[in-house]
Amino acid sequence: MEYFVQQLINGVTLGSIYGLIAIGYTMVYGIIGMINFAHGDIFMVGAFISLIVITALGLTVSTGLGLTFVALILVLVCAMIIASAYGWTLERLAYRPLRGSFRLAPLITAIGVSIVLQNYIQIAQGARVKPLQPIITDGYTLMTKTTEAGEFVVQISNIQILIISVTVILMAVFSLIIAKTSLGRSQRACEQDQKMASLLGINVDKTISTTFVMGAALAAVAGLMFLLYYGVIDFFIGFVAGVKAFTAAVLGGIGSLPGAMLGGLVIGLIETFWSAYFSVEYKDVAAFAMLAIVLIFLPQGLLGKPEVEKV
Amino acid sequence: MSKQPLLQIENVETFYGKIQALRGITMDVHEGEIVTLIGANGAGKSTLMMTVCGNPRAASGRIVYDGTDITNMPTHEIMRMDIAQSPEGRRIFPRMTVYENLLMGAAVTDPQYLEEDFEKVFDLFPRLKDRRDQRGGTLSGGEQQMLAIGRALMARPKLLLLDEPSLGLAPLVVKQIFEVIKELNQREGLTVFLVEQNAYHALKLADRGHVIVNGVITMSGTGKELLAREEVRAAYLEGGAH
Ligand SMILES: Nc1ncnc2c1ncn2[C@@H]1O[C@H](COP(=O)(O)OP(=O)(O)OP(=O)(O)O)[C@@H](O)[C@H]1O
Ligand SMILES: [Mg+2]
Repeated sequence: MEYFVQQLINGVTLGSIYGLIAIGYTMVYGIIGMINFAHGDIFMVGAFISLIVITALGLTVSTGLGLTFVALILVLVCAMIIASAYGWTLERLAYRPLRGSFRLAPLITAIGVSIVLQNYIQIAQGARVKPLQPIITDGYTLMTKTTEAGEFVVQISNIQILIISVTVILMAVFSLIIAKTSLGRSQRACEQDQKMASLLGINVDKTISTTFVMGAALAAVAGLMFLLYYGVIDFFIGFVAGVKAFTAAVLGGIGSLPGAMLGGLVIGLIETFWSAYFSVEYKDVAAFAMLAIVLIFLPQGLLGKPEVEKV
Repeated sequence: MSKQPLLQIENVETFYGKIQALRGITMDVHEGEIVTLIGANGAGKSTLMMTVCGNPRAASGRIVYDGTDITNMPTHEIMRMDIAQSPEGRRIFPRMTVYENLLMGAAVTDPQYLEEDFEKVFDLFPRLKDRRDQRGGTLSGGEQQMLAIGRALMARPKLLLLDEPSLGLAPLVVKQIFEVIKELNQREGLTVFLVEQNAYHALKLADRGHVIVNGVITMSGTGKELLAREEVRAAYLEGGAH
């Protein structure tokens, strides 16, 4: 029981990070029907920016709590802004010129952009893994169990609390933006009928750019969280996390915002529980098997939109 | 009519790839008028209406709106100049509610009029009020048509472009929609450019009309004149009846 609770906490944390990345995949797919394979690498860039800013600020575990908090917000803002700039540029240079060409063209370009970003970071930051000394430590003990083998403690660390709460807040804010603001309505309008949106005075190109920027900003948040949680990053983390997050987006129903969040959570939990109860080596197999099973029975994904509209 | 027309279309040609859909169209719409364009399937009516909105773009010729040359302006900028279109096929956002669809119509207008405009549209189409929170995609065809027109009105247009508002509607609803157009024109001086298959109703309503055949305007005149013409009756009014 205690072991289960601990894995649950770990799984939710991991799922939060996947969910944040998955939103970018799903939003971009929703609006232009394209899988932005370079999105995982924007996440990786976000992690590197975070590392650079943290190092520049000289943030360590001995920094006071208040100061750490302020500094981390600064790091977050920097990472979000710079990653957004990457996302915006990417769309502008690599994808927009291909709009209206055949469907595979932007997909292939996205894979190309992904390779470019990985190599660029590899050259600029080195190929070796980059460590970060823990900045946030400690946590709360939730349960203790004494067995012959010793004590088993169920803990939620401060960093886990941070990751989960930041994710919940951001997802709530984003859902609200999409559902209630005029920006969100424009995004949904472009998603459903770009030609009509432009007939209503909506600048479709600008709305698509904004969508890339929003996705990139969330990926940057995930990058910072990943860095703080695992303490090591390299130029390749975007690929692995990207594939997982993409899987999460498809599992939840690509194009659906709540689906991306749910999918992220499910993938995070499967991975964690599989590693805990079976074997670490096959955790990815378990995650992808789950995807296959869900898609066989629910081709739209868990929360994908069923097409019931009349045209 | 000495005043400059609100919409002036001069020698406009439009292509889809190699297919030429418009072969030099010249016509105008004056402020406060209802002008209709009638023609058979594939004559180029919708193409002309969309060309005014910049999508597809005119390959040659000139379109001037309210003194501004809009021939090469991006669609969204044209639509911010008090032009609104209820397009062919209605194009309701299927996964938005009726309310949200109407809000989209007002996407680029001053929010201070929002409440007033909602009231106006719900007054014209009470059915929409009852279905305020229903998803657009689940509305009936006629309700979607009302929503498309309502959405266009939410933009507070000076010029309203209507592409076949009567398509697929019951005669009673057609009558109702044409009454609404007339009322808006008379009460608020709204300028209307109306594309129709339903030639009888359209010509009866319009101040002036044009007949388009294969991308060329072949006849023009007042609504009454065209209705009386033998060629029009033969080609566009089944057996002269309606
Ligand atoms: N996207 C397109 N690509 C290629 N050809 C097109 C396209 N849209 C229209 N056309 C062609 O242009 C011509 C004019 O079409 P348009 O839609 O303007 O006709 P219409 O007068 O509105 O007809 P209807 O009464 O059937 O709506 C037709 O021959 C049509 O096949
Ligand atoms: Mg048409």
